[in-house]
Amino acid sequence: MQYKAMVISNQEVSSGYYRLRMTAPKELAEAKPGQFVMVRVNNSIDPLLRRPFGIFDVGSFVPEYADVGRQTYLEILYKVVGKGTAMLAALHHGDHLDMLAPLGKGFAPGDAGEEKILVGGGVGLAPLYYLAKELVKNSRVHLFVGGRSREDVLCITEFERLGVETYVATDDGTLGERGLVTEVLEKQLQQGATAKTIFACGPYPMLRAVAAIAGRTRIPCQVSLEAYMACGVGACLGCVMKGRNHTEATPDYRCVCKDGPVFDYQELQWD
Amino acid sequence: MKPDMSVEIAGIKLRNPVMTASGTFGYGKEFADYMDLEKIGAIITKGLSLRPKAGNPTPRIVETPGGMLNAIGLQNVGIEAFIAEKAPFLRTINTPVIANLYGNTLEEYGELARRLDKVQEVAAVEVNISCPNVKQGGIVFGTDPRAAAEVVAMVREATIKPVIVKLSPNVTDIVVMANACAEAGADALSLINTLTGMAIDLQKRRPVLANVTGGLSGPAIKPVALRMVWQVARAVKLPIIGIGGIMTANDALEFLLAGATAVQIGTANFLDPAAAQTIAMEMERYLADNGIADVKELIGALRY
Ligand SMILES: Cc1cc2nc3c(=O)[nH]c(=O)nc-3n(C[C@H](O)[C@H](O)[C@H](O)COP(=O)(O)OP(=O)(O)OC[C@H]3O[C@@H](n4cnc5c(N)ncnc54)[C@H](O)[C@@H]3O)c2cc1C
Ligand SMILES: Cc1cc2nc3c(=O)[nH]c(=O)nc-3n(C[C@H](O)[C@H](O)[C@H](O)COP(=O)(O)O)c2cc1C
Ligand code: FES
Repeated sequence: MQYKAMVISNQEVSSGYYRLRMTAPKELAEAKPGQFVMVRVNNSIDPLLRRPFGIFDVGSFVPEYADVGRQTYLEILYKVVGKGTAMLAALHHGDHLDMLAPLGKGFAPGDAGEEKILVGGGVGLAPLYYLAKELVKNSRVHLFVGGRSREDVLCITEFERLGVETYVATDDGTLGERGLVTEVLEKQLQQGATAKTIFACGPYPMLRAVAAIAGRTRIPCQVSLEAYMACGVGACLGCVMKGRNHTEATPDYRCVCKDGPVFDYQELQWD
Repeated sequence: MKPDMSVEIAGIKLRNPVMTASGTFGYGKEFADYMDLEKIGAIITKGLSLRPKAGNPTPRIVETPGGMLNAIGLQNVGIEAFIAEKAPFLRTINTPVIANLYGNTLEEYGELARRLDKVQEVAAVEVNISCPNVKQGGIVFGTDPRAAAEVVAMVREATIKPVIVKLSPNVTDIVVMANACAEAGADALSLINTLTGMAIDLQKRRPVLANVTGGLSGPAIKPVALRMVWQVARAVKLPIIGIGGIMTANDALEFLLAGATAVQIGTANFLDPAAAQTIAMEMERYLADNGIADVKELIGALRY
């Protein structure tokens, strides 16, 4: 749906990373982990297009500023990388944003009781928090999180507060193990860690490595992808990824916005 | 008094002059959750080819100042799947549907028009001539007046439905193209398609789009589009559909003044999925506020 959101808070949680909480219509309480939002950063034509972000959290609160009863909120966790995100970082309580949400297909949570592994790289962690909140209700959850440096490893305490067991890897070794998060994951799996599903979100090379691990260990795996988007609703065909059986003669393109952003890794062609 | 917003293009009655542009509105259904499809003049579908088409590799789109480049490569489900899977939904909507089509050869254009001729829910065809003729080594139908005229004559012969020809702005003189299409039997002209452009990633020293070049759309192209609509309207008798960077009702009304009978909304649908409906509504409000009884009074009413 399309709606106007009011910014409740917009905090820098680590250098260059922000957590933006905004009001949402009550329908958003039904949003599924892995779904995303398209934010219109302002009402001008600069920047022109909406910006896509994963849903970091959805919940409800009783606002102090108005007598409206319980109010639904939605949060995104974002990294400032360019013009649009820099403009978002400048927003304050009371500012308004035009939103499209919830969009796309989310994660399939799988069966209750099974162990789950989450793998997040950098800000790719964002949709995994909302997912973890759901999964911890009836599963043991392990989170493998990677980043360039310690500032790029976000919200670990929030995950731990949910009871998620976390493993951290950084490229420069400033937090957790030095190296790639996928190396840590592979090591843990070799040492007997088990899981019935892997959920991953992060940069494409990380996802490709996770998909390879899933292939070797035969653990079912869902990945959440990013792509340049214009419409977010499956109309422009700008955001496509090659499906597993795609060839020039028998095209099989999937829209990240509509068929994804979450895919079974086996649905896709990895290059 | 409610102003009269209706216009007529090549015998098709439109409740208002606002249509959605091909390739920016999917097959209509994608927007049904966000707007009332019965509050706009017409829906133009994504460009259809004879067989399903894969389109270009990614990245296919990139934002540019005041616009965007796209190189989708005309990915579409193909005419058969359109008729079987997309047309049934469109049948349920009381708004004219115009099928945009393109071929790689003259014969393909003819074949497409013939198949669409029997499809009841299609009110008219819009012929996209901005694609390369594979048979003639990739010369673009839309930049060669003789080739364009042949396409139009071919389509004209193949269908009794109104034929709208969509002109490319990537030509030296758009009036020459417009005249050629008019003489070959077009019932209406729509313009403009995207302007060829390019974006470069300085750090990587690479083109941003996998296809290297793409089509520029959005507010950045509006002045070019207005100029071309104005030029063509003065030179050709056919009704004109103005396209290019329309974001607001005011933009749309400017196109009418320049000589367009109707307009198409493209890139604006991405910023706001209800854009077409909002623009139609606000055009009506403008007329009411300014005591204009009939939107047709504004067509070509530019003062000098
Ligand atoms: C489904 C999905 C979920 C996402 N979730 C998050 C999230 O939770 N947190 C977060 O920080 N980022 C997320 N991203 C990436 C985020 O959309 C981009 O970082 C953002 O659009 C950059 O905008 P900008 O104007 O600051 O950057 P600029 O580089 O100035 O943007 C220029 C253009 O490129 C596009 N673009 C640039 N980087 C990306 C990218 N990585 N993915 C897609 N489009 C891009 C922009 O949307 C814009 O159209 C997600 C992307 C997708 C597709
Ligand atoms: C993503 C995208 C896809 C398009 N696909 C088509 C198409 O299939 N056929 C066509 O005739 N025009 C196509 N166009 C061109 C538009 O219909 C329109 O002519 C152009 O975008 C200019 O209008 P705008 O500035 O309002 O977007 C496409 C444009 C965009 C942005
Ligand atoms: S962003 Fe337009 S189809 Fe996915």
